[in-house]
Amino acid sequence: MDIPSLLLSSFIIAVTGLFFFIWSLRKGLLDSDPAAAKVIFSRGEIGRVEEPAVAGATQRDLQRTMAFVAGEPDAKELQARIAADASSARPAFVLLGFAVFWLLVASLAGLTSSIKLHEPDWLTQYAWLSFGRIRTIHLNAVAYGWAPMAALGIALWMLPRLLKTTLEGARVAIGGAVLWNIGLAIGIGSIAAGITDGMEWLEIPGQVGVLFALGGAMIGLPLVFTLRRRKVEHLYVSVWYMGAALFWFPVLYIVAKLPNLHFGVEQATMNWWFGHNVLGLFYTPLSLAAVYYFLPKVIGRPIQSYNLSLIGFWCLAFFYGQVGGHHLVGGPVPEWLITLSIVQSIMMIVPVVAFSLNQHLTMRGHFAALRHSATLRFVVLGGMMYTLSSIQGSFEALRSVNTVTHFTHFTVAHAHLGLYGFVTLVMFGAIYFAMPRIVSREWPYPTLIGVHFWLVTIGFAIYFVSLTTAGVLQGLNMVDASKPFMDSVRVTLPWLAGRSVGGALMTLGHLAFAGHFLLMALGRGPRRSGAALLRPLAPTA
Amino acid sequence: MENEVKLISGAMVTLAIATASLVVLPYLQLRHEPPTPGLKPYTDAQLRGRHVYIREGCVYCHSQQPRDPSQAPDDKRGWGRPSVAGDYYYDSPHLLGTMRTGPDLFNIGARQPSADWQLGHLYQPRAYTPDSIMPAYPYLFEVRKQAEPGDKVVALPPRFAPTGGVVVATQAAQDLVSYLLALDRTFPVLAPLADASPASN
Repeated sequence: MDIPSLLLSSFIIAVTGLFFFIWSLRKGLLDSDPAAAKVIFSRGEIGRVEEPAVAGATQRDLQRTMAFVAGEPDAKELQARIAADASSARPAFVLLGFAVFWLLVASLAGLTSSIKLHEPDWLTQYAWLSFGRIRTIHLNAVAYGWAPMAALGIALWMLPRLLKTTLEGARVAIGGAVLWNIGLAIGIGSIAAGITDGMEWLEIPGQVGVLFALGGAMIGLPLVFTLRRRKVEHLYVSVWYMGAALFWFPVLYIVAKLPNLHFGVEQATMNWWFGHNVLGLFYTPLSLAAVYYFLPKVIGRPIQSYNLSLIGFWCLAFFYGQVGGHHLVGGPVPEWLITLSIVQSIMMIVPVVAFSLNQHLTMRGHFAALRHSATLRFVVLGGMMYTLSSIQGSFEALRSVNTVTHFTHFTVAHAHLGLYGFVTLVMFGAIYFAMPRIVSREWPYPTLIGVHFWLVTIGFAIYFVSLTTAGVLQGLNMVDASKPFMDSVRVTLPWLAGRSVGGALMTLGHLAFAGHFLLMALGRGPRRSGAALLRPLAPTA
Repeated sequence: MENEVKLISGAMVTLAIATASLVVLPYLQLRHEPPTPGLKPYTDAQLRGRHVYIREGCVYCHSQQPRDPSQAPDDKRGWGRPSVAGDYYYDSPHLLGTMRTGPDLFNIGARQPSADWQLGHLYQPRAYTPDSIMPAYPYLFEVRKQAEPGDKVVALPPRFAPTGGVVVATQAAQDLVSYLLALDRTFPVLAPLADASPASN
């Protein structure tokens, strides 16, 4: 069997099929009527900003950055939206609360691991605090705690709005969230105690994974049932991403955890099929769903191109699933598999450019709005980080680049650009928007939002630059056989310390955020202007 | 897009293609791959040690997959020949790793065959490699006033030995070292991957 030509022809057939499929979803590809893009607005609402995270005066400033104001939004549709929000408020609140808790756990665990890399004799007496375990606790608290809880909480809150209906099975979702988090607590405890399944991203024992399966189903099924109750004709872009992600994740997790099936090198390819797809087919689509909703919503303008978003979605769905093998470049796995993954990694540039172009064209002329909207700042910055991390990832898959960066801190920096720079920042923005609607109350201390933004942005910039530099230097020293291995360690030391500084600032930012979240949840702090319901704004001059 | 059934089916088809290429095809291709000639199954102690290796997360800093000399000079560092699928016949879960914060360990047993060195290095890596950033594992050892019969006493450079006592390796530390010493794949691969099965018959 001539594998390369087989692969090449199947690749060409598949890509042709993909574009035919995209075309078939569109009645007339050149039709410029973006009705589907306007489905997130009620009649008369386009041109009107919405930003619950800021107070009256700033709202008016924000509105002024926009070119025009449309008429009053349709009151009946706004009532329907209030009903949609009311139906999702409780489960969304529970999920976001859990998310913030795990964010703190993950930050502290991550900071501890970071410090241990340059202070290896610090806290070595305690087994659960040793690098190998606390680092794994950090990863799992992010991967199964903060990221999915925040993303699912926001998905659950957005979906009724997008479908103009009410959430079905809110209580089931709350029960599911509780089960999931019990599972996660047991899982994290197991890792601390040294009980692990041993594969990266899949350490939590399969027996505990059953709780994830149950809890996840109880969170996901209400969303599926809500989808069936939709009262809109067009499924908005965000709905595609959320709908697909909800079906993708269970398949990934169940296949990965099937006992006594995977072996040796096959297990390694499965491991990275899972490890990369949980990023690409779960956190990424859920975060993109949030960007596609909050960005146009805040500035009151529909996304620029519906067709671009369609291409972006289906290319992501098709290419992203097959990139995982690039984690094994140079490894003992079949050569065709590596080649396939490298090709698909490069192809990922297509959906990424489609998304980035769409975001930029939508924001064009409205960047001034960033000064007034906390949501927009986090979401737009997060969207830019998505572009950067994806392009970086595509090039990292190339053999020549991979030879230097593989096995180094560069990969860790890249992973954080995706999961922090993109996913986490977008989730911060989404939570700033959603929480005032969920608890019918404004954020008590707007200054804290600014503190949070600058701490995490500056902290992350330091983090990323330090760790990327460390990785490049480490890699260059490692591929130079004339230098002893220890050179590749010594050269990273100042940069690893720099990473801890960045990480500490990020953790401080998270503390500010979590404190603010807690005050809001408890109803403490000044009540600035009553409930943040959808009050009509005073017309601007 | 108006049709949720089309959405979900399309999404599942793309995932099915990905799963077929990254999981099912490798499964079919590698299922009958025999162990590389010369590879021995792990003993009980080695398997227990492998479990300690997993529990302590050694894999997060140490790979077990030397690359081909045409790509990177892993062989010149003494990490060994490029590994092949058959070398992992007895490995479950796999421990290929993705980081080289520390060196590759695919052949650490051949490179550093002294059990005393390995034990001392686990107790305090900096006693042997200045500037190493590997964690010390004091909880895998006990410091006793004096050794009892049957104790595995760790020989340490005087500067790093505790005053007024001896360092004794726990069973876990000894198991881990027996696993590390078993990591020796210096036997040759007779033929490239695709032709390995006829060669082994």
